Amino acid sequence: MTLLELKDLSVDYGRVRVLAGLSLSLRAGQVVGVVGESGSGKTTLAKAVLRTVESTAGQVLVDGRDITRLRGAALRRWRRSGAVQYVFQDPLRSLDPGVRIADSIAEGLRIAHVPAAIARERVDAAVQAVGLDADLLPRLPSGLSGGQRQRAAIARALVVEPRLLVLDEPVSALDAASRDKVVQALIALRRGRGEQLGMLVISHDIGSLAAMSDRLVVLHRGRIVEDGLTQQVVAKPQHPYTRRLIQSVPVIDIRLPNRPAPLARS
Amino acid sequence: MSDIDLVTPTAESGFADVTASPTGVTLNRSFDEGSVVRPAIAAVDRLVLTAADGTELVHGVSLAVRPGEALGVVGESGSGKTLTCRALLGILPSGVSVTGGSVRVDGREFTTASERDWRSVRGTRIGAVFQDPASYLNPAIPVGAQLAETLRVTAEVPRTKAKQRARELLDDLGIRRVDLVLRQRVAELSGGMLQRVLIAMALAANPAVLIADEATTALDVTVQAELLELLARLRRERGLALILVSHDLAVVAQVCERVLVFRDGRVVEGGATSRVLRAPGHPYTRSLLSAHAAYGLERFLR
Repeated sequence: MTLLELKDLSVDYGRVRVLAGLSLSLRAGQVVGVVGESGSGKTTLAKAVLRTVESTAGQVLVDGRDITRLRGAALRRWRRSGAVQYVFQDPLRSLDPGVRIADSIAEGLRIAHVPAAIARERVDAAVQAVGLDADLLPRLPSGLSGGQRQRAAIARALVVEPRLLVLDEPVSALDAASRDKVVQALIALRRGRGEQLGMLVISHDIGSLAAMSDRLVVLHRGRIVEDGLTQQVVAKPQHPYTRRLIQSVPVIDIRLPNRPAPLARS
Repeated sequence: MSDIDLVTPTAESGFADVTASPTGVTLNRSFDEGSVVRPAIAAVDRLVLTAADGTELVHGVSLAVRPGEALGVVGESGSGKTLTCRALLGILPSGVSVTGGSVRVDGREFTTASERDWRSVRGTRIGAVFQDPASYLNPAIPVGAQLAETLRVTAEVPRTKAKQRARELLDDLGIRRVDLVLRQRVAELSGGMLQRVLIAMALAANPAVLIADEATTALDVTVQAELLELLARLRRERGLALILVSHDLAVVAQVCERVLVFRDGRVVEGGATSRVLRAPGHPYTRSLLSAHAAYGLERFLR
């Protein structure tokens, strides 16, 4: 079933149109990657799905319900339901530096008055789902590596059993080894939670998006210029911008002979 | 010692593809088959760098760059690649000092050179650009005025001609609407444009080698591709030599015919890029290649 649907969504910041008539849909169990460069509107798209910016026109349907119309108590109730959870680029922004990892992860459950025994089970399940070592739970965020912190932030988002996880540049701040662990955790999560969870992953890094997404959406100057199966978008890009983007990604081709160096002019 | 052969191949340097000819002149076959290699513009030999508290940071690194060549330096943060480059520019961070080996510029001993000596080669023989261009510019002054000042100071261009020369430099780098860019301030320009301005400043006094230390890391991938193309063009047209420093093996592989892999203050592997990519000798290089296999786009394109 369709979990998230954007219908002709536009967002303006003052007189500047940041998103111009976006339409896309995401089914439960799907991972959709949104790739775009700085200024393309990626983060605004994430904010619109979280209802932290006002849209100018169009609809954002989560489980069939238009969240752009929610106001006051209805908006607070929707937020508290935890149906959509967000993971930031920098996990230090979502983890309180003075709170132990275990308590940070369980915070959403405490707010929702989930009984302690169930809360413990859910925390254990979420920690396991992201492949975080249970020994790390009593520590403060400063005692974890960047990749461990990011996986703790993902676990924290998972405990409230969201329908949709929105991840904005989840691996961009990480070194190669940590990035690999987070991407593997997200791939395992998708396998483990199957049809219960959809993920919208936003990044400028098309390589790590391609490694984890079923579908790729290419955002350019506030418009979707391409939307298709990951394999097809990368192998047979249709839009000129997508072609330029893919051609710009450095490749390693070991079949190439060593390019001869030009002689220096004196 | 003659100024022809300045760098003897050593185990540490990893110049696996460098062979000594009977005449004693070092030939780097991967670089320029069959011709005599020019003397290195800048080189460090068995360089040891030590912090103020006595911690050794770089443990005997050898590196040399010759006219017109592009040398890639790969490694993660803390591997010593940036410190080594700073030693080549005479701008080591305070407290860090050379405690072993040597630094040479144009064959001259620079290991214990004075700031005055360094000023005579910095900018004129060796230029550099780094990761965050905005932090090297004054936000309150138009970039054109800053470029003109660099031209006056480093290249000794007369005040009256500095503005015109600044315009020509940016024009050379393929910047459109040069007059507008010259009037703009840091906040009005994109990261890619600022990096082009910084490259123009680095090239103001026509150095023989440009050190680009993670110069494209913070930029969007299409802008990175444009800048790498620009560097390749400067090489072709001016014979500019490059030291391209990056944590991204693929970036280095695009541009450089020779590569050194840094890890924990050592060069763990080096040689012709094609050889290193085809037959990596060190486990760390292999891990870099497998990471690329997982996140590169090649697997979709075969």
